[in-house]
Amino acid sequence: MSFELETASHPENLRRVAIEPVSRVEGHGKVTLLLDDDNRVHQVRLHIVEFRGFERFIQGRPYWEVPVMVQRLCGICPVSHHLAASKALDMVLGARLTPTAEKVRRLMHYGQILQSHALHFFHLSSPDLLFGFGSNVASRNVVGVIAAAPETAKKGVLLRKYGQEVIRMTAGKRVHGTGSIPGGVNKSLAAEERESLRKDIYQMVAWSREAVQIIRSLFEKNLAEYNAFGRFEAQSMSLVRADGAMDLYHGGLRARDATGKLLFDHFDYGRYWDVIAEEVKPWSYMKFPFFKNQGPEHGWYRVGPLTRVANCDFIPTPLADRERQQFLAYDGGSAAGATLGYHWARMIEMLHAAESIKDLLNDDDVVGTDLAAPPGQRQERGVGVIEAPRGTLIHHYRVNENDEVIRANLIVSTTHNNQAMNEAIRQVARQYLDGHEVTEGLLNHIEVAIRAFDPCLSCATHALGRMPLEVAIVSRDGTPVDSLMRDARGVCTRA
Amino acid sequence: MTGTFTLDGREIAFEPGQTVMQAALAAGVFVPHLCYHPEFRPHGSCKLCTMKINGRPATSCTMPAVAGMEVESDTAEINDKRRMLVQMLLVEGNHFCPSCEMSGNCKLQALGYTLGVMTPHFTHFFPDRPVDASHPEMLLDFNRCILCELCIRASAEVDKKNVFALSGRGMKKHLVVNAESGRLADTDFAATDKAAEVCPVGVILKKRRGFAVPIGKRTYDIKPINEQAERFKPVAPTVREKA
Repeated sequence: MSFELETASHPENLRRVAIEPVSRVEGHGKVTLLLDDDNRVHQVRLHIVEFRGFERFIQGRPYWEVPVMVQRLCGICPVSHHLAASKALDMVLGARLTPTAEKVRRLMHYGQILQSHALHFFHLSSPDLLFGFGSNVASRNVVGVIAAAPETAKKGVLLRKYGQEVIRMTAGKRVHGTGSIPGGVNKSLAAEERESLRKDIYQMVAWSREAVQIIRSLFEKNLAEYNAFGRFEAQSMSLVRADGAMDLYHGGLRARDATGKLLFDHFDYGRYWDVIAEEVKPWSYMKFPFFKNQGPEHGWYRVGPLTRVANCDFIPTPLADRERQQFLAYDGGSAAGATLGYHWARMIEMLHAAESIKDLLNDDDVVGTDLAAPPGQRQERGVGVIEAPRGTLIHHYRVNENDEVIRANLIVSTTHNNQAMNEAIRQVARQYLDGHEVTEGLLNHIEVAIRAFDPCLSCATHALGRMPLEVAIVSRDGTPVDSLMRDARGVCTRA
Repeated sequence: MTGTFTLDGREIAFEPGQTVMQAALAAGVFVPHLCYHPEFRPHGSCKLCTMKINGRPATSCTMPAVAGMEVESDTAEINDKRRMLVQMLLVEGNHFCPSCEMSGNCKLQALGYTLGVMTPHFTHFFPDRPVDASHPEMLLDFNRCILCELCIRASAEVDKKNVFALSGRGMKKHLVVNAESGRLADTDFAATDKAAEVCPVGVILKKRRGFAVPIGKRTYDIKPINEQAERFKPVAPTVREKA
């Protein structure tokens, strides 16, 4: 398959610009652009250049180790992997969760959504949105946000902290806990833990509502730019509950085409391979998933907050649902199709997570003692799907009669969005870079588009302002023409 | 012989037949160890309990207590050596604490914390040691074996089954299952055997139990190992004395 700007017809005559920051989280991302002498863009690619190998090295390991091991894929959303693996292994064991187990897992998951969305918006993306995509790099970071808007920054930090506390009390640790086990959980909330969380949850709901208004007002101020920035039409997929409600923990798969027409609905994710296949491209370690019946060229889609908010029939918490309706109706529905609309949808989900935590804390099942279900009819294969902060996450395992994992397939959120992220950065390259001299500010526009999807890539984390970044322009004969260097302090110099 | 000796300047009383380590543990003084188990005869192989006794290094688990001894244990010099021993054990096997179900209950990990192991220091061996999951109730993860021989001793002396043995020499020494196939399923090993409960690390594991105890309630979450001397107090008679 080929897409416009994916592969230049004569790359040998073009100069190559690489945006290659070094990862400080778990991902290594790189963007390359091929430009001609007039700075016209001919090729843009987002490469994922790391190879993790988790699917291989869990082979032969006992299945109960998997939820704890695979969460090490990520330091930002390990809970998602922890729970998706647990759900897959529930299926292997034939276990039906007790009410306490399911609600404690949901609580853990909503804590994860809350902390990750707060981190994504306030720490990583708000510097671009508050100061401008091409603003002074020295202050375009979270420290700059703290200086310019200390109250906003403080709320962002405390929202994230609260989510981390929910995770700590349900999983045992803020990062990489062990709370969810195949067939249930190993702890519920102690009465004092429940009370300490309940004490602050109303404040979290209020701050989440304010966060929705922050991104809404940014859209209002910059409507034309935000609507057009990296905009592209795409198909979508997410989990929905049986009644069509948003459900980030469990449900059936729903997909729509770019016009909103249903492609499939309430599809049993236990057979996801009937509707999704993956393609490998030689220039990236990340696969390209697509809807099987449409083929790789036309079957790509996007996942994540924007998709989930638009894809469901309603959000089952009242404040978030009201915001959803306003979001979908805003400017004739334009924000709901914009790449930067991801941030708005993300804040609506954060509000939903806060409301859901409040409801769960008022449910006595979260302090129950019936933690694990007895095993039922054992199966060889298990699939667990969850809506992780950045999109649909699929874990698929086969376990032999000796309890060893013999095969694993993980399709993570970023993978589903692979083609979509490439489309977004190509669109930005066309809009902002084509025909212009390359500057750090212009290159940051590309990273702004990536950050709308996924802060797990290294190029998205450099919003912290400390990520070393080198942009080099090399002529056809290999001689260096120009280069920009940003050091670990965020200072840019031209060599 | 009864009497007292001094351990790091503290007077320790001992009973007839007690070793320095037994007397120290009985007095509530923790002594780092891996191959020692209160129900088994001293083995003296892990060397972590080494102390300076009257100025000379010796394994305190095998050294009979003698009145008037002057013993040094909790000193920077001796703990440096102990830390190095733990580091060597950590690189010799595949010890991945983040995903190990014995994390929080593992003596090797607990000693690593207590002795201040901050890095592996040595180059990892990364040995290739397959898991034996053939038994319906038990799993063997040889990656974590530290060759303490407690399972061998328990199986031979208490269970009377001889399920485990060491094979190979020197660097190639490794734990094996005493069966023609080499598989645990082809032995009469049972989850109720003494050998099923003595492993100080994460080699011999009951299946489908991993991670059932939450973080915060595991053995060494509650108190560090060096504050749990009472867990290792000698029980009398020892297996050897019974025999």
